[in-house]
Amino acid sequence: MALKILVTAKRVEDPESKIRVKPDGSGIVTEGVNYKMNPFDEIAVEEGLRLRERHGGEVVIASIGGEKSAIEIRAGLAMGADRGILIRHDGPQDPVVCSALLAKLFERERPDLLILGKQSIDDDQGYTGPYLAERLGLPQATCASKTESLESQAEQGRQPGLLLSADGKRLTVAREVDGGLETLELSLPAVVTTDLRLNKPRFASLPGIMKAKKKELKEIPAIELGIDLAPKVKVRRLAEPPRRKAGVKVTDVNELWMKLHDEAKAL
Amino acid sequence: MANVLIVAEQQSGALKKATLHALSAGRELARRTGGELAVLVLGHSVGPLAEVLKGYADVLAADSPRLEHYLAEEYAPVVAEAVRHHRASYLGAAATAFGKDLLPRAAAKIGAAVANDVLSFAGEGEGVSFLRPMWAGNVLAEVELATPVKVFTVRPTEFPVARSAATPGAVRALPTPPEAGPAKARFVEFREVKSARPELTEARVVVSGGRGTKGDFKEVEALADEIGAAVGASRAAVDAGWVPNDWQVGQTGKVVAPELYIAVGISGAIQHLAGMKSSKVIVAVNKDPEAPIFQLADYGLVADLFKALPELRAKVRGSRTHE
Repeated sequence: MALKILVTAKRVEDPESKIRVKPDGSGIVTEGVNYKMNPFDEIAVEEGLRLRERHGGEVVIASIGGEKSAIEIRAGLAMGADRGILIRHDGPQDPVVCSALLAKLFERERPDLLILGKQSIDDDQGYTGPYLAERLGLPQATCASKTESLESQAEQGRQPGLLLSADGKRLTVAREVDGGLETLELSLPAVVTTDLRLNKPRFASLPGIMKAKKKELKEIPAIELGIDLAPKVKVRRLAEPPRRKAGVKVTDVNELWMKLHDEAKAL
Repeated sequence: MANVLIVAEQQSGALKKATLHALSAGRELARRTGGELAVLVLGHSVGPLAEVLKGYADVLAADSPRLEHYLAEEYAPVVAEAVRHHRASYLGAAATAFGKDLLPRAAAKIGAAVANDVLSFAGEGEGVSFLRPMWAGNVLAEVELATPVKVFTVRPTEFPVARSAATPGAVRALPTPPEAGPAKARFVEFREVKSARPELTEARVVVSGGRGTKGDFKEVEALADEIGAAVGASRAAVDAGWVPNDWQVGQTGKVVAPELYIAVGISGAIQHLAGMKSSKVIVAVNKDPEAPIFQLADYGLVADLFKALPELRAKVRGSRTHE
């Protein structure tokens, strides 16, 4: 049963970059900061590719952002996705606005499955997926994972973690929840968000990177989708958290014990 | 005057402790807004739970066989109905897997914006703003939600456990809205990871293991058990399949703030620090003197964990016999 899968690829600050707040608290310092695809979206792209490899179909990558977001779409195309769509929106993003834009895209593309990262590591809000699911009246499974570890045979063999039923109409998803793993079955179309251990994304190969340059990447100005683009989550001010007092190195367990027992009274 | 509604979380008829943290957040918010606080409990045969919850606030009880197993699609319409019923301007829950799965869906139903993982509130009346972490907690953001109803989840470690109210609240049944059509989601099973140890997010002491354990968590667990601590892990340890997913501490795992956090064989990636840097006292034990974790630790010990941990355990045991 061929699947049309829509996955997201948000451009975010590289987590290894040092994030500093501007002195006036109006934003973060962007000079010297590197960017990459949101790691949870890489997992979404990978899962899309695995499902296509097993069942046939198409993987479409969508990103919302400025012109540089096209770089992350190309990265996903290089991994093997079929085509990309950039919703050009240079203003501040929030999950309310982004889910509205993606809902419009759903109406145009009618995918069988939408896979998003469970959160983007810049705002860490983590709710575009369920918000979108409700907008579309679709079932959701957030924090999708799997029971086999990332070191398992199944993972080496690039098995999808999301399991499609024989008739192609339902998807079985294991979710990471507090206290264990929950399994749900969703009717397609559905919205799934990815957690860390759903898969290990592949690296783009050199041939993949070359092919990606020729794949279709369509730009749609956000305004064309006819929704209210004003952010509903307004960031008033940013600040850096208070710094901890510098610590000390102890020479042995004896000293550690004395510090913890007598000084900190923690043990 | 803006009313506050908190959604309670339960597992097999037992109230999750995280809800008690969310209730004190709800109380503080209701004080700021001058509104009434109520707590919504959903499930099947929730009578006993409602009785417990009325000790903290007025209760809205949504009781139906359809609500037996949590499903966002089933619960969201009930939450929306409760918001209407209570005339709530603020809807909140603890930032647990449940809260973050359900509340955004309920928010979308009522056209509300959401602030997840709130650390504190600011302001009063209709203009309460929310402080929340961004970029793995390297930035604190004050946000405003520009919708009539404002939805939020709170980080449980940032709010105390609610104390019982002076007088118990009232329990009212909330009629469940009719089914909107055939179910599109079905609960299949829940594979619980049971533990006799304290819950990671509630423990006074946490001992965490990382890549340095090379998969052997025996010493980490033995030390934890000697102290009566919870056991956590870095992402590397969980990815390798050494320990359950549920043990992961970090930006995208559990966020903990215990009195004492002992990081064993953990290098200290930014994402891990995001999950434990609010701990009161941080100890790091690592063979590598350059490990980034030493920059955060209050006390750092450069040592082989397989030698240091048994020694430390002996100290803990020794102190108990002498005191």
